[in-house]
Amino acid sequence: MKLAYWMYAGPAHIGTLRIASSFKNVHAIMHAPLGDDYFNVMRSMLSRERDFTPVTASVVDRHVLARGSQEKVVDNITRKDAEEHPDLIVLTPTCTSSILQEDLQNFVERAQLEAKGDVMLADVNHYRVNELQAGDRTLHQIVQYYIEKARKKGELPTTKTEKPSVNIIGISTLGFHNNHDCTELKKLMGDLGIEVNAVIPEGASVHELKNLPKAWFNLVPYRELGVMTANYLQAEFGTPCVDITPMGVVETARCIRKIQQVINEQGANVDYEEYINEQTLYVSQAAWFSRSIDCQNLTGKKAVVFGDNTHAAALTKILSREMGIHVVWAGTYCKYDADWFREQVSEYCDEVLITDDHGAIGDAIARVEPSAIFGTQMERHVGKRLDIPCGVIAAPIHVQNFPIGYKPFLGYEGTNQITDLIYNSFTLGMEDHLLEIFGGHDTKEVITKGISAESDLNWTKDGLAELNKIPGFVRGKVKRNTEKFARDRGFKDINAEVLYAAKEAVGA
Amino acid sequence: MTVAQQPEALNFECETGNYHTFCPISCVAWLYQKIEDSFFLVIGTKTCGYFLQNAMGVMIFAEPRYAMAELEEGDISAQLNDYAELKRLCEQIKRDRNPSVIVWIGTCTTEIIKMDLEGLAPKLESEIGIPIVVARANGLDYAFTQGEDTVLAAMAHRCPSQAPVTENEKNERNAIQKLLHFGKKKEDVVQEESEYVDHPPLVLFGSLPDPVVTQLTLELKKQGIKVSGWLPAKRFTELPVLEEGYYVAGVNPFLSRTATTLMRRRKCKLIGAPFPIGPDGTRAWIEKICSVFNITPKGLEEREAQIWAGLEDYVKLIRGKSVFFMGDNLLEVSLARFLVRCGMTVHEVGIPYMDKRYQAAELAMLEKACQEMGVPLPKIVEKPDNYNQVQRIYDLKPDLVITGMAHANPLEARGINTKWSVEFTFAQIHGFSNARDILELVTRPLRRNNNLKDLGWDKLVREEAKI
Repeated sequence: MKLAYWMYAGPAHIGTLRIASSFKNVHAIMHAPLGDDYFNVMRSMLSRERDFTPVTASVVDRHVLARGSQEKVVDNITRKDAEEHPDLIVLTPTCTSSILQEDLQNFVERAQLEAKGDVMLADVNHYRVNELQAGDRTLHQIVQYYIEKARKKGELPTTKTEKPSVNIIGISTLGFHNNHDCTELKKLMGDLGIEVNAVIPEGASVHELKNLPKAWFNLVPYRELGVMTANYLQAEFGTPCVDITPMGVVETARCIRKIQQVINEQGANVDYEEYINEQTLYVSQAAWFSRSIDCQNLTGKKAVVFGDNTHAAALTKILSREMGIHVVWAGTYCKYDADWFREQVSEYCDEVLITDDHGAIGDAIARVEPSAIFGTQMERHVGKRLDIPCGVIAAPIHVQNFPIGYKPFLGYEGTNQITDLIYNSFTLGMEDHLLEIFGGHDTKEVITKGISAESDLNWTKDGLAELNKIPGFVRGKVKRNTEKFARDRGFKDINAEVLYAAKEAVGA
Repeated sequence: MTVAQQPEALNFECETGNYHTFCPISCVAWLYQKIEDSFFLVIGTKTCGYFLQNAMGVMIFAEPRYAMAELEEGDISAQLNDYAELKRLCEQIKRDRNPSVIVWIGTCTTEIIKMDLEGLAPKLESEIGIPIVVARANGLDYAFTQGEDTVLAAMAHRCPSQAPVTENEKNERNAIQKLLHFGKKKEDVVQEESEYVDHPPLVLFGSLPDPVVTQLTLELKKQGIKVSGWLPAKRFTELPVLEEGYYVAGVNPFLSRTATTLMRRRKCKLIGAPFPIGPDGTRAWIEKICSVFNITPKGLEEREAQIWAGLEDYVKLIRGKSVFFMGDNLLEVSLARFLVRCGMTVHEVGIPYMDKRYQAAELAMLEKACQEMGVPLPKIVEKPDNYNQVQRIYDLKPDLVITGMAHANPLEARGINTKWSVEFTFAQIHGFSNARDILELVTRPLRRNNNLKDLGWDKLVREEAKI
């Protein structure tokens, strides 16, 4: 048992649901007790979805506990198949079904006999993997299923596309700025003269999956999602994989050079050096920013970085290599993939921190007192408590991290966005300090305390106690209204009853 | 279907139970705030933790007095000893927070692996010296607000069974009582006592924000009724005395287990009344309590009329409109009854669980309200099926759907007004003064529509061939 208040990566089924609901016309059925379908709320609220989240539960209740699910799961699958005609139904186990150890695979096979669509059991173990690993695995599983299905039917395309083309793998629902990143990547590919063969899983149909082998290469922008799929496609079809995250100026250039190499090896003849040069110097403002006086002022300032592997590693490199900022420590909560992280960042920070204990991270922040933090929503709150500004760079995130405006983190526009994020975090901190040194915006004392300063009225103890329960920002108003009410009616004493009578009288 | 024909009695149905609601462990969110010296330990998995973390939003960052005891693979396969593990965690909690009570919330997982929390608690309690209350608020058995019911039912066992005995001792020992009187002179206290009618002790149950507790207590005081205590009180150490023969009354419709426990185990007498939600409900609630104590209520009729008059600006927005409750928090019947009184037609009252005995007075009042307002009686659908409900909503085109957040945005995008049902759980909706807050919530989407009505932005999804 572990005492825990906060977790960075969610439970396994969230990963599976993120993949399933990213695809078009794929439905997930959770084998779960009532209330475990909270995923629907998150998707509907955070990403402000207009459509119903294609996730339902096959509810595990007392009866299921006593007798097993029996026909229930099969019925729910065939019912959903008839109602919504999905291409694929993914039966999703949860922590509860993990310990019930029902033969879910058997249910899937039985349901498949009746269902018109395909039915599959997500191969994830709640107690072994987290959200990110489960997502990676589920995507792999779905891709493999449809490749094998096409192969059996002899529908697998055997040739590559005429022009260089790419599969972008790993864009998913509830991913941090994923939809903006996707747009930016498509634009980048367009600039490079590369056709986008497929984007998976977001917005893709499972019927497109058999066309994945037609691409010249796979681009996996995020470390957490898509690597298993890309490895599978490489093993099956020899499709090379570019797994350099194009985040930051240097890494974007590195990613593009890798793409150049990969497609030239397959017979293209491209040279992207001039494009990189043009973008770096004039389109992205990040290189010029590094040179500007603004950035000079940041030299040697202390920062800490924490997040998932992709974003924490990229930010660490940007801060240290592109802006000359002193990254005291960089950390990740992807403990299962810690070696990769260490290898990526160890030369760009003093210390590497691998943990998913938010208490330890809070302590580490307090210990080094950085000028700015780049982390998740949790670190933002630590920053608030310690009065240190924080830029949010990774999930877990709140609704404000699903902006409507165009805010990619990847590609050349991404470098501009990240520059703003970093610079704004630091200058806000500076302004705060200056204000403190010079005594705040407004140094005049407030003398009057409102119209009731000299009151002829007497607040009784219970009246006062009630008044103090009212939130501070409206208390003054309530006090004034109540006193006016009491004066109008000639009350001398104000107790709780008068207070609430006044509240009713003004209809508040 | 006989839609036109008006049914004479409420029609109860039961569907598949495929609906969206919050897990009952969410009750820790409001109970840890209510019971100030408590600590809630939810013994469950990452799934439970993830839900709480996301559902409670910003509260999570305010160092809440709750935590997860996150079960690992070793706990599930019994490689680790439950008792030793819980002891380790509870000692840590005692060291860090020193609460007056630790509430263990049992979850689906502890049910399935049959962790004997009720058996472990007394042993551990005597060892660490902090009371441990066990509530099995799991998604296998309960929905959302029923979580509070399981906690309060467990707390009911902890209420002291005897008031401090002799008068002399009482004066000397009972410091709390003295504090409550704020050091008033003895004559003042006696005088204050005389404001009450002589009636058997009354204890109210249900967790409400403190200002609402004060309002309802004062409301009864006006009738000369003294509230001897509330379950729960502000602090665990202040749980009310419950002697055999005390009267109890519920303030919320989801407290049927607590009511049962109070009747059967504590031998209290339950006053079955409608719930004090809306001015009509509040009046009925007070009248019922008065009638049990043979008191003729004073000035209630005028008071109700006065509240209604003050609500007119809101009521006129919803009069003649229709509403559909998808059902997720058990407040539905009371809210439906109030909205019928406001002149709305209710198509359907979805509800997770319907205790016809505990809610009997409320159901009768709903029926009566419909008859008096001349609107059809709604269908009450227990354990609803959200998919079927959405199809019915498409058919009925109600003016307002009260529903969970999972459906709210998709319905809005299809031009159907929604109000997020969870807000009714957290807003102050009890008593005369808070009727306005209910209507503030109910009318918000309609007022929003009035503001945006000329823009032509009703339906914001592309029509698809199927559905």
